[in-house]
Amino acid sequence: MLLMTPWYRTLLFLMAFCAQGLVSHAQAFEDSMAQRTMACTVCHGAQGRAGPDGYYPRLAGKPAGYLYNQLNNFRVGWRHYPLMQGLIDPLDDRYLREIATHFASLSVPYPPPRPSTASAAELERGRKLVKEGREDAGLPACMQCHGLEMMGVNPSTPGLLGLPADYINAQLGGWQTGQRRTASPDCMAQVARKLSAADISAVSHWLASQPVPPNAHPADKKPDSRSKVELNCASAP
Amino acid sequence: MSASSRSPSHPLGRWLGLLAFVTLAVLATLWFLGGTGLQGTTPEPSKPPPEDAATRIERGHYLARIGNCAFCHTARGGAEYAGGRAIATPFGSVLSSNITPDPVYGIGRWTADDFWRALHHGVSADGHPLYPAFPYTSYTRVSRADADALFAYLQSVPVATTPNQAHALRWPYSSELALRVWRALYFKPAAPVADAPSADTAPAERGAYLVDGLGHCMECHSARNALGARSSRPTGNVLPGSRWYAPSLGDAAGASVAAWSPDEVVALLKTGISARGNASGPMAEVVQHGTQYLQEADARAMAAHLRALPQTPVATAQKADASALPQAGAALYEQHCAECHGLQGEGHAGAYPALAGNRAVLQGQTNNLILTVLQGGFSASTAGNPRPYGMPPFKLALGDADMAALLTYVRGAWGNQASAVSEFDINKLR
Repeated sequence: MLLMTPWYRTLLFLMAFCAQGLVSHAQAFEDSMAQRTMACTVCHGAQGRAGPDGYYPRLAGKPAGYLYNQLNNFRVGWRHYPLMQGLIDPLDDRYLREIATHFASLSVPYPPPRPSTASAAELERGRKLVKEGREDAGLPACMQCHGLEMMGVNPSTPGLLGLPADYINAQLGGWQTGQRRTASPDCMAQVARKLSAADISAVSHWLASQPVPPNAHPADKKPDSRSKVELNCASAP
Repeated sequence: MSASSRSPSHPLGRWLGLLAFVTLAVLATLWFLGGTGLQGTTPEPSKPPPEDAATRIERGHYLARIGNCAFCHTARGGAEYAGGRAIATPFGSVLSSNITPDPVYGIGRWTADDFWRALHHGVSADGHPLYPAFPYTSYTRVSRADADALFAYLQSVPVATTPNQAHALRWPYSSELALRVWRALYFKPAAPVADAPSADTAPAERGAYLVDGLGHCMECHSARNALGARSSRPTGNVLPGSRWYAPSLGDAAGASVAAWSPDEVVALLKTGISARGNASGPMAEVVQHGTQYLQEADARAMAAHLRALPQTPVATAQKADASALPQAGAALYEQHCAECHGLQGEGHAGAYPALAGNRAVLQGQTNNLILTVLQGGFSASTAGNPRPYGMPPFKLALGDADMAALLTYVRGAWGNQASAVSEFDINKLR
């Protein structure tokens, strides 16, 4: 009966009122990059932690050079998405670099991977391609460039973990057809054109099934190469 | 088959013959008139005294920037001034040309006289008339000295061996006859001048010279007739392609700056933002690539001219019933907009424009409001506003009905009194 006394109800009301005040206070205007880039985070998720549907990839914690290159690639027409292009067009190079650096600096926990729909055999095929490549076909291991932890290498090589299978699948497909490009020589296009549709599916599913290690971040340098395959990448030399 | 059945003595045949003759005569006259300036027979203005070559190139660079030449003459991701950008018109696309000094694909073999005739008469060096998507209807006012400086600068930019692409215009607009007829009807070269007015000694004339000439402001901010010529109607103009609306500069409810202070106009031109409103859509591009580079004296001269333009209010159906505002719109506003634009549409100075009393919100022509909400956008980054705040795109978050309710609410709340926005208005721009 104590619960229904008027003073208790008043207290509940006051607590709710204060909580509401806290919420609206948290959204007060601030002169920050987070405030300035709300046009980005409405699709790419709060702090750039990725959109809910798999089409808006994570931005937080990716190498700054990689993020800048993508902004530039949209601007020059090497990647295609009209909303993205329209947003970036009025911004100059210096500001695009600042936006890239802002999202690169954010350390936001990764959600656990979604359960994979791929078969064990497909996942194994993906794992082998990522870790070993197919040297006799001129395919290096993904890890050779993207880092042993596959979290990317500063300044410009992206990580491969923490992305949905659909997104990786679409990007590799885009590279094969030339829909997604980067500065020439475009090493990723060379790699993607050597992959079959089954390879792409296997790689995408295996990468998407991997948990991101805690406190993972891009490596500072590429692993020592043990590969015979030489790649020349203008965007990530 | 009898020849007599088509005898010229038949009354109908005679009339048709006469009609054909008159039509041909008119077309021939228009062809001739539309070719004015093609042969270079009109008198050239005296050449101004020569200036130091480096000074001339530098002045030309400045003029090219404030005329925003590079924007149209550069394809997305392409070499600067190499052409290839499609300029949308109601009659199809005109592909901009390579104006680098390449001798084969660019204007490397042109002379300063050729370049002057292109700007002043709208004629290419090979004698062909140019499409007015290249706005020689404005550039005809550019002085010979400025044309020469522009030419000197363009001859100094890196060569691009990019071939020109064919225009994608529909017949009959694609024919030279149509172009010549258009020129005869709608284009009259300005009186040639040797030197531009000076911002120091004749600021009002300088402002008009920049706004009506190289700045080619009126190419967007004027109504156009069915054949794409500027008309005298005092309204603005929906731009083909982007469908943004360039409001009239002579309408207080449009883009007039008659009530602004000179500082506010200069701020808008040079930084893209002002206490009265921000440049968005295609105007953000104009600021980004063009007007932000204006020298202070030129910006002031333009502001003076723009503030003094004759005013003709455009009547629009207004007056919403404030009591009938959609509740759904109010809820959507609180959810999606109030965090930045404020619960009372008051905005946040320097970052987010107020929506209460904002004429871009209230305008009878709602394209800009709808496109802003669908596509989002940033102000241009400029020296005066290097790190602009952004508006998120709501194209994916809100359906037509929700967006219509939201915008109807915004146009009717906090003392705003503009008409409702329909789902159809939004759907046709989506």
